[in-house]
Amino acid sequence: MSFLKTCVLLIALPSTALAANGGDIHLIIKDHRFEPAEIQVPAGKKVKLIVENQDDTPEEFESYALNREKIIAGKSKATIYIGPLEPGRYPFFGEFNEKTAQGAVIVE
Amino acid sequence: MISAAIIVFRETLEAALILGIIAAATKGIPKRGIWLIAGVVAGVVGALLVASMTEQIAAMAHGIGQELFNALVLSIVVVMLAGHNIWMARHGAHLARDARQLGQDVRAGTRELPIMFVVIALAVLREGSETALFLYGLAMGSDQGLITVLNGALLGLAAGAAAGVALYLGFLRIPSKWFFAVTSGLILFLAAAMASQVARLLAQGDILPSLASPLWDTSHLLSNSSAVGTLLHTLLGYDASPAGIQVVFYVSTFILIVMGMQWAKKSPSIKH
Repeated sequence: MSFLKTCVLLIALPSTALAANGGDIHLIIKDHRFEPAEIQVPAGKKVKLIVENQDDTPEEFESYALNREKIIAGKSKATIYIGPLEPGRYPFFGEFNEKTAQGAVIVE
Repeated sequence: MISAAIIVFRETLEAALILGIIAAATKGIPKRGIWLIAGVVAGVVGALLVASMTEQIAAMAHGIGQELFNALVLSIVVVMLAGHNIWMARHGAHLARDARQLGQDVRAGTRELPIMFVVIALAVLREGSETALFLYGLAMGSDQGLITVLNGALLGLAAGAAAGVALYLGFLRIPSKWFFAVTSGLILFLAAAMASQVARLLAQGDILPSLASPLWDTSHLLSNSSAVGTLLHTLLGYDASPAGIQVVFYVSTFILIVMGMQWAKKSPSIKH
């Protein structure tokens, strides 16, 4: 692959995580922040969110818009199913560290 | 400190309100206090156990152990609250005249208190385990010191307990003529609200389909993150953006309990 092609690909690569059709979405909690902070999912599809908490302390994944709530112990993974959803922005947060742990699901 | 207080308050509120309703509904039954306190103590012990086993519970059933566990706990509470209401409807004819008469009915007490013990223990267990985990995390990674965290937690706990006591005292001001209608009514809504939570958990774990998600969205009118929204969520099961399956569970539970109460009223009552 040429240098130019790589550059174009890198620029075109969205800064947010993108779900392949029906694919799982991976989300990391590190230093009480979500990585990536925004995730894109297709509209009208059920999506499996896999949230990995890399911190030592537990976190609660919570979203009023998505109607989801789940505790994730320190150094562990949790599975959360969301959707199918209408297009829009659905914020979520970590209830135990609300100041820093903020994110959103973008449905398109 | 304030953030710790707010979260502990939020987590304690539900258990405190349930405790307030049940303390009112069982008023006058001999030895009620001991049973209710025992329920809280058992709930706290259970909460610490559940909190310490979070990882193991979560790992069960291919990562949806937490949803299944909470759904099971809530389902038991729903069945018990339903049983309480149906039993009360059966005996309502005697009790409606004077709430205190319940206190003289020893059989009422011996039958109701163990059920309420379990309801309180499970309500405290559910909310308490989340509080314990939060405080553990805060104390572990805290740069503000353990004492500050504990002070915040105690403040939140006190505020939550105060809300429960306020509800209880409010109940006691209700004229005895209406007392059972109000307590049974609230317990009916509480049970339906919990059934809706069971549906949410099962949809979150992909055991049940969401059906429409959401069925409606009133979060711009009254968000579940607001104080009023939280209160209505706990007491009546208000959800700003519920999944269709939640509404199905809510309405069916509501109708089934009302039908059970109607049936109990009509069937021949135990003679006194």
